[in-house]
Amino acid sequence: NMALRELSSLEKYLGLKKPNKYSTQGDKKVPVLQNNNGPPLVGLVTIACHLVKEANRPELLGDSAESRAVVQQWLEYTVTKLNSCTKEDIKTILKDLNLYLQDKVYLAGNQFTLADTFMYFGLHPIIMDLAFQEKEQFVNVTRWFDHIQHYPGVRHHLSPVVVLRNRIYTSRHH
Amino acid sequence: MKLFVSEGNPQCLKVLCALEVTGVQCDVHYVNHEERVVPFLSRPALPALLLPSGRHLFSPNAICRYIFEVNGQESSDLCNQWLEWEATHLQPALAEALHMAVLQGKGSEVSQVLQGPLNFLDQSLNNGNTPYLIGEAVSVADVVLWAALCPVLSDSSLVLGKHKSVKAWFDHVAAMHSCQSAAQKVLQGKGLQGMKSYMQRQPAPQSSQCRDTQPCNSSPAECGEEEGERVVSEEDMNAAALKWSKGLNADPLSKEKQHPILPQEGKRNILVTSALPYVNNVPHLGNIIGCVLSADVFSRYGRLRGWNLLYVCGTDEYGTATENKAREEGMTPQQICDKYHVIHSSIYKWFQIDFDFFGRTTTEKQTEIAQDIFWRLHNHGFLVEDTVEQLRCENCQRFLADRFVEGTCPHCSYPEARGDQCDKCGRLINAVELREPQCKVCRQIPVIRSSKHLFLDLPKLETQLKQWLDTSTSTGHWTANAKQITRSWLRDGLKPRCITRDLQWGTPVPHPDFKEKVFYVWFDAPIGYLSITAKYTDKWEKWWKNPQQVELYNFMAKDNVPFHSVVFPCSLLGAQDNYTLVSHLVATEYLNYEDTKFSKSRGVGVFGDMAMDTDIPSDVWRFYLLYVRPEGQDSAFSWADMAMKNNSELLNNLGNFINRAAMFVTKFFEGCVPAVELQQEDKKLLALVGWELQQYIQLMDKVKIRDALKHILNISRHGNQYIQVNEPWKKIKGVGTERQRAGTVTGVSVNIACLLSVMLLPYMPTVSQTIRDQLHAPQSCVSTMLQGTGTFVCALKAGHRIGTVTPLFQKLETDQIEALKKRFGGQQYEDEPPKEKKTAQNAATVPAPAAPAAEVAMVNGVDPEKAKRLTQAVAEQGDKVRALKAQKAEKAVVTAEVAKLLDLKKQLALAEGKSPEPAPQKGKKK
Repeated sequence: NMALRELSSLEKYLGLKKPNKYSTQGDKKVPVLQNNNGPPLVGLVTIACHLVKEANRPELLGDSAESRAVVQQWLEYTVTKLNSCTKEDIKTILKDLNLYLQDKVYLAGNQFTLADTFMYFGLHPIIMDLAFQEKEQFVNVTRWFDHIQHYPGVRHHLSPVVVLRNRIYTSRHH
Repeated sequence: MKLFVSEGNPQCLKVLCALEVTGVQCDVHYVNHEERVVPFLSRPALPALLLPSGRHLFSPNAICRYIFEVNGQESSDLCNQWLEWEATHLQPALAEALHMAVLQGKGSEVSQVLQGPLNFLDQSLNNGNTPYLIGEAVSVADVVLWAALCPVLSDSSLVLGKHKSVKAWFDHVAAMHSCQSAAQKVLQGKGLQGMKSYMQRQPAPQSSQCRDTQPCNSSPAECGEEEGERVVSEEDMNAAALKWSKGLNADPLSKEKQHPILPQEGKRNILVTSALPYVNNVPHLGNIIGCVLSADVFSRYGRLRGWNLLYVCGTDEYGTATENKAREEGMTPQQICDKYHVIHSSIYKWFQIDFDFFGRTTTEKQTEIAQDIFWRLHNHGFLVEDTVEQLRCENCQRFLADRFVEGTCPHCSYPEARGDQCDKCGRLINAVELREPQCKVCRQIPVIRSSKHLFLDLPKLETQLKQWLDTSTSTGHWTANAKQITRSWLRDGLKPRCITRDLQWGTPVPHPDFKEKVFYVWFDAPIGYLSITAKYTDKWEKWWKNPQQVELYNFMAKDNVPFHSVVFPCSLLGAQDNYTLVSHLVATEYLNYEDTKFSKSRGVGVFGDMAMDTDIPSDVWRFYLLYVRPEGQDSAFSWADMAMKNNSELLNNLGNFINRAAMFVTKFFEGCVPAVELQQEDKKLLALVGWELQQYIQLMDKVKIRDALKHILNISRHGNQYIQVNEPWKKIKGVGTERQRAGTVTGVSVNIACLLSVMLLPYMPTVSQTIRDQLHAPQSCVSTMLQGTGTFVCALKAGHRIGTVTPLFQKLETDQIEALKKRFGGQQYEDEPPKEKKTAQNAATVPAPAAPAAEVAMVNGVDPEKAKRLTQAVAEQGDKVRALKAQKAEKAVVTAEVAKLLDLKKQLALAEGKSPEPAPQKGKKK
């Protein structure tokens, strides 16, 4: 289950000592966190935000009300837009993100947040599938993606994606 | 802070509600549904909130959350949970419900669609037993959910029925004046109809069945796993069982090829070429998969299908690059070609590329045929004359080919732009446009001189070309990229193309006005296909001037497409001698190398000769390269992935199955194939295997080499599962039917292994043969199984004695792979930061920038003759060492031969004027 692997990667990133117990619920395999101190928490983003608070890293959710809203918006985007998209949707998503990231280092601006982590997880299969030319087309997304996959401790369960691709072939006939 | 909303948009109801409930102040602007407020989104998204900082929020839930937070109410975990549920579960169902109710008039089906989420909400409210979703006070969760459900639940025609708790909660929230007021603003009291114009602009929602489809990742086997179980009908099973009971072909194909292979009446005559590798360098993995290996797999497959097939290739040897290399290495161009031709041959031999003939372009035949085509084009009026301005170095007394000039880029001012292209900005350059041009050899400033050249009049041939292309691309198997590249060339309009050059190393232009000129490589090189075939057989014209009988397949990487689909066909069409033109143009995309800069000069990347020294068998290299074949899209070579595929697919899947099947015969049945009594379950398996075989053949016929491989691996997966379920190792201990069952499962499995050996033959010829040797399989199984749509017969009958069974594959260990990665990856770091600061020693491993190619000083001790002899000796000694390793010879013997090899290499390096490199450290020795 991807969601559980993403949560486990997040736990490692946050340096949580004791791994939590998870299960899933329903057809969509929504992750569930068994919480000793209360009712179980349901939902990938909900659990992820909870873990960040547990780890006492509130800055990962944004350092101002505005940033927090932006972070939440992109987290929601990853669970609503990225998980059920057609080829055409993917094009639009990449185009939009590319424009959005044009003047940004991270999704929330100049600071790394949980939104970057989960957008990276969500985009991974999409970026894996891109041809060289497409990566060039969405250069800001590619730059951001490569930056995040090399951000210490983020990648964990996912394979590195070749981003700075170099042609093996050099065409001779021009 | 500005909020943009539109009337009749239910999403806007959420945010207006949040404003009313919290009392937060904000400018509200009503705009059209189509208004693009958020600059980076290509589809209109409303509501949108422009934050004080200038950033935009476009998610209604995030906006609501922000409004509540500004009001001092931060959302709790539980609140988050409801918001996430609303976005991921409720919204998709609502979108579908509203679409039905508003646009399709199917209000009656709405409760069906919403049943799941409403049940869940009802249950949660019931369990919580509080007036609001979270406790006693209204929260952002209540506002968001209420507003989301408001349009549907307010409509009297849609009855909530049994969801009593939802109704109580909904009415409770609705009683707040603020909510009513917001609803009035958005829906204008028109209910669902108020949303019609908004809904009409929304994309149709995906129905719940097809939601959650993940984009399929490229790896073929992984896709295979995701496919559901195939449904096998009774009919399929019986047909498979009937096929199974048929015997092998009585008359096996003649084992040995009879050279020369010539087209035959009544046969499918197929001529296969792979793009001619350029001689001046060692081919790398990209060249190998892009051309020779892909063509080899297809040729081997074609021969198994019983086609009459000829596969030719050779080194492309003329041109500036060779002259350049010759200067660099202090040899003549001929010596360079001789040296590298041997290297190419030995590499392809190691990769088991089964050419029928591997020739070269620097032959008499080449001159003869190229000049003939030239005169024909000339006589038919397809050549035009023009004057070209070129750079000439007075010091070197020659016109400078693009590669021999360097200067400042006219576009970006990069000081080291090449004569044809700028490496910095990537733009194509006409050499005479370079600022401050320099001759790369002597560093003098060249002058602009004009020189007369001949051009192939492509515009004149355009109509004819298009006619032919229409037919060829619609009847043949052209890859999508080949068609597309060709189309774009034609769309841009054809221009005359220069076919002559001011060089020495090339096929001389026979026209007296153009003495001392040679043909441009693009004109000359494809003619190599013809001349190489002519070296193979005097009757070459039976292949090349015989379009009625011959189908021509060209294999190449996509950068070569225009020369094979436009330019060369124009030469042949214009020459008007009934030439065979390409019927199937098969082009790969690019293969990339990890994420490292791939560079020969820095020793980064894998080249053909290095692959031989990795101790990884040739078959495994072939398998992995074909597994990641850039078919339809770019792909990347990765060491870690290669190890993974070897260990998971070859070792644990394919090898495991074949080995187990054969070991059961050996261990439980004294090496004799047991009798088979087919049950339903076995017939089902036969049908499944037969289906995979059919897919394999269909794909291979269309040259989908990588996709076809997936079906081989599927068969062994089916087989493993079959063995696992039937547990022959347990049943053999039983009596009567139990024992017989073990026999049937073993017999079926070992026959599947035999089928796999045939399907594998094009991909892994050595492994394929090894399997048949171990099984003592009759040779005729090779010619039987791939006939028609696939014929999976019982090739190993009851009582057939098999041979000694040994494992087929070896595990690739992590440390071995890491060592290789380091060896070929230069100074690559993994993503963890370096543990210590770069010391002087570390810095020293960073290679110095490549010496400028123009540094051509003759080094003392260079001896081309000796180098040539030694190159040959090194190649032979290398073969010897590999043969010994393959035979698992004694270590001392191998070590002694390796020492000899290293010594020879050292001598060769000296003879070539290089400083001998230290022998690379093998990863295994620590």
